[in-house]
Amino acid sequence: MTVQGEPAEQQWVDDHAGPVVRPYAVTRGRARPVTGTFDLISLVTATRADVTPEVGLGPEHLAIVGLCQRVQSVAEIAAHLDLPVGTIRVLLGDLVARNLVQVREPRTTAGLPDNSVFEAVINGLRAL
Amino acid sequence: MDYGPSERPAGATPLPTAIKILIAGGFGVGKTTMVGAVSETRPLRTEEVLTESGVGIDDLSGVEGKTTTTVAMDFGRITISDDLVLYLFGTPGQDRFWFVWDELALGALGAVVLADTRRLADCFPSIDYFEGRGTPFVVAVNCFEGARRYRLDEVQAALNLDPGVPVLLCDARQRESSKEVLITLMEHAMKTRDARRRAAAAD
Repeated sequence: MTVQGEPAEQQWVDDHAGPVVRPYAVTRGRARPVTGTFDLISLVTATRADVTPEVGLGPEHLAIVGLCQRVQSVAEIAAHLDLPVGTIRVLLGDLVARNLVQVREPRTTAGLPDNSVFEAVINGLRAL
Repeated sequence: MDYGPSERPAGATPLPTAIKILIAGGFGVGKTTMVGAVSETRPLRTEEVLTESGVGIDDLSGVEGKTTTTVAMDFGRITISDDLVLYLFGTPGQDRFWFVWDELALGALGAVVLADTRRLADCFPSIDYFEGRGTPFVVAVNCFEGARRYRLDEVQAALNLDPGVPVLLCDARQRESSKEVLITLMEHAMKTRDARRRAAAAD
């Protein structure tokens, strides 16, 4: 949908942009969350059983709260809602700001964790 | 990070901690197959939308003049215990998405580099990456039907691996075989960590 005669920076993204347009609309044009960083494996859980629609919350926000009745990672939320991770981060920022979800960030320090973590993983794998 | 008070009633189960292991290797080597063999759910796919410049992977501002690219990652989940959830991420195959790898590798317990002896060179970039980053890894040779079997020491020599890096055969379709690869990786990661601590203490 390129409009001729407009400067390049004012042209709308072209067809090749593909998946950009809908995520951009879902976040109402915002590229960054209002709060939080949200690693791919940050775990999210809803703080309420359900949320009634309110100003500023879209259907995708409500879908996240519904999904996170069971603990989900950011990556899982993105996969289930079929939206890019960057979009999910923005929506999660909105939900955190309203105390509608609780987030547990993973360990992201450099270096490896204690033996207890490795041993737990080995035992968990053996039990599969 | 503190996200402030939640409205969940006091005494509710605290959230588990998530950890991750990466499954790397060339295109078509069986990364998603291995994820699916051990995951408790079918492998899921998540996407990052990137601008071609690759600066700030979430930044969609100024996207109007740029080409965008979607990087897909397949992943699975294994609930280890009430307080530990393991995620397995297949790394994106294309070398130009290293900045996605950086995000994935941060905090990872280790990595499996899957190799196909018919296209051994395909796993070189993964090995270089994890060696450079200091991420503990094992090389798992996925035994495709019809592929000539090489001895493990031949593979180790061909890949110019540090003698301490485990190399093992696997069948990425089989849960037992894939479990064995992951257990070997965890044991190797523990040894790597202990060796680093000893080296640090000796300095």
